[in-house]
Amino acid sequence: MMTETMPTTPSLAGTQTSAAARVRPGRKPLLKKLVLSLFFLFLLAPIYWLVVMSFKTDNEIISELTLWPQTFTLENYRIIFTTHSWWSSYINSALYVTLNTIISLAVALPAAYAFSRFRFLGDRHLFFWLLTNRMTPPAVFVLPYFQFYSAFGLIDTHIAVAIAHCVFNVPLAVWILEGFLKGVPKSVDETAYIDGYSFPRFFLTVLIPLIRSGIGVTAFFCFMFSWVELILARTLTTADAKPIVAVMTRVYSGAGIEWGLIAAAGVLTLVPGILVIWFVRNHIARGFAMGRV
Amino acid sequence: MNVKDNRAWLLVLPVLVIVAFNAVIPMMTMVNYSVQDIFGPGNAYFVGREWFEELLGDFELRNALLRQVMFSSLVLLIEVPLGIVIALALPKRGRSVALCLIILGLPLLMPWNVVGVMWQIFARSDIGLGGAAISALGIDFNYSRDVVDAWFTIIVMDVWHWTSLIVLLAYSGLRAIDPAYYRAAQIDGASRWQVFRYVELPKLSGVLTIGIMLRLMDSLMIYSELFVITGGGPGSSTSFLSQTLVKKAIGQFDLGPAASFSIIYFMIIVTLCFVFFRSITRTQEGE
Repeated sequence: MMTETMPTTPSLAGTQTSAAARVRPGRKPLLKKLVLSLFFLFLLAPIYWLVVMSFKTDNEIISELTLWPQTFTLENYRIIFTTHSWWSSYINSALYVTLNTIISLAVALPAAYAFSRFRFLGDRHLFFWLLTNRMTPPAVFVLPYFQFYSAFGLIDTHIAVAIAHCVFNVPLAVWILEGFLKGVPKSVDETAYIDGYSFPRFFLTVLIPLIRSGIGVTAFFCFMFSWVELILARTLTTADAKPIVAVMTRVYSGAGIEWGLIAAAGVLTLVPGILVIWFVRNHIARGFAMGRV
Repeated sequence: MNVKDNRAWLLVLPVLVIVAFNAVIPMMTMVNYSVQDIFGPGNAYFVGREWFEELLGDFELRNALLRQVMFSSLVLLIEVPLGIVIALALPKRGRSVALCLIILGLPLLMPWNVVGVMWQIFARSDIGLGGAAISALGIDFNYSRDVVDAWFTIIVMDVWHWTSLIVLLAYSGLRAIDPAYYRAAQIDGASRWQVFRYVELPKLSGVLTIGIMLRLMDSLMIYSELFVITGGGPGSSTSFLSQTLVKKAIGQFDLGPAASFSIIYFMIIVTLCFVFFRSITRTQEGE
């Protein structure tokens, strides 16, 4: 923060700009722009193809390679928005992802605070053990999860998927939040206690606002990893809570593949992600700027 | 130095409960299964280490592990340097930053099987833009028939999918560097490479550790994308550990061997990640 103070004399400001100019010579921006453009082209090309395909008829998709839909159709989207099993699956996904993000943040915040402020019996082992859960392949848990959640009668409920996804999101949330909390000086805690704050009050009214950006970044990652997960979500649901990722795999059965439909469904899975980025973009920028992810 | 206070356990308790519910109990179930031969409810026999001994000599597992290690090293070797280069090239401020970050975020927010679906279409030489472009160069490209093409497709797909994560982390790390370091390097007459090697890279090591660890873990678990795009084929040339396990657990419904496979798989990942983690943190402490 200190470095952002204004230079005191004009001459100092002059040396700064020339320094910046010499570290990055003049012809470099062109090369940078080229590298960036190529990379973004690479990122966007498959997405472009997916979007274009979603507006084509299946006949056109299979018969010829066209860069732009010859017969523009909204039929694929119409099917998704009018078929219950399709549109409800988006709501199911959104529900368990939201639940999961809330649960993950709620349990991870106190734990991250504990790891960032205290030494306690077995703390380092505990931290690595938590991380090992982030390392467990979901495929390992397919069988026991099915039996375990059946025993509790939780199969095909949103809360089941939300809790199951905690296995990888909670460790990640603790890991990220701990980084942010370490950046908050301990004097903040001490001052608050001297001022007579109780622990819960300090936590909710002082600490949480201070690491808002960190919470935003963590929520973003929890949302992301829960939204994109397939194996556990598919295992734990049968009909009522079936997520979009699982419904999409169904298109492959039967006579042929409905490419247009699957492309439209794929495009729609991008929408919540874009909305989330849009809403947390300031937090993300600030969170990333703190460099504590 | 942090205060020593065992009451901090109370703060960690909720995490412990939820993770124990999700990880410890299922893991114990797997340990239980792994030493039995199960024919049905109430019809199981204790077999001790039999499954483990059988699996350790199993070609399927060994080959899957070999392919897995090759895949994970390849994607890490491409994604990490590429990610750093892109992060260095990103604009530092201005309106374009938000746009760049949003585009970078797109691949990360796409469900993993949708990524598979998209690349399955995109890489087909008859109906996909990417595959058609390669064919136009005169190369006979078919990822469902040719092993090299299949590998090429899944590696390009993984680079497409995950390089952004490294970029975002590295970019955040770069933004956090105090401009004073650049000025100091400039006064010392450092070249661009020296600035990178002695100023930027050390400052990035923290975020890069997280990035590399996440990529290592996730590449070792890759399943959904391949399930859609190659289904482990042609043959079993792109069948990694997860594919082999799911085939065993669900396809053949062999509870005992599947459980022991799970445990071996989990051990492999934890060991690899631990060794990796220690070696990175050691190098950092050394510097």
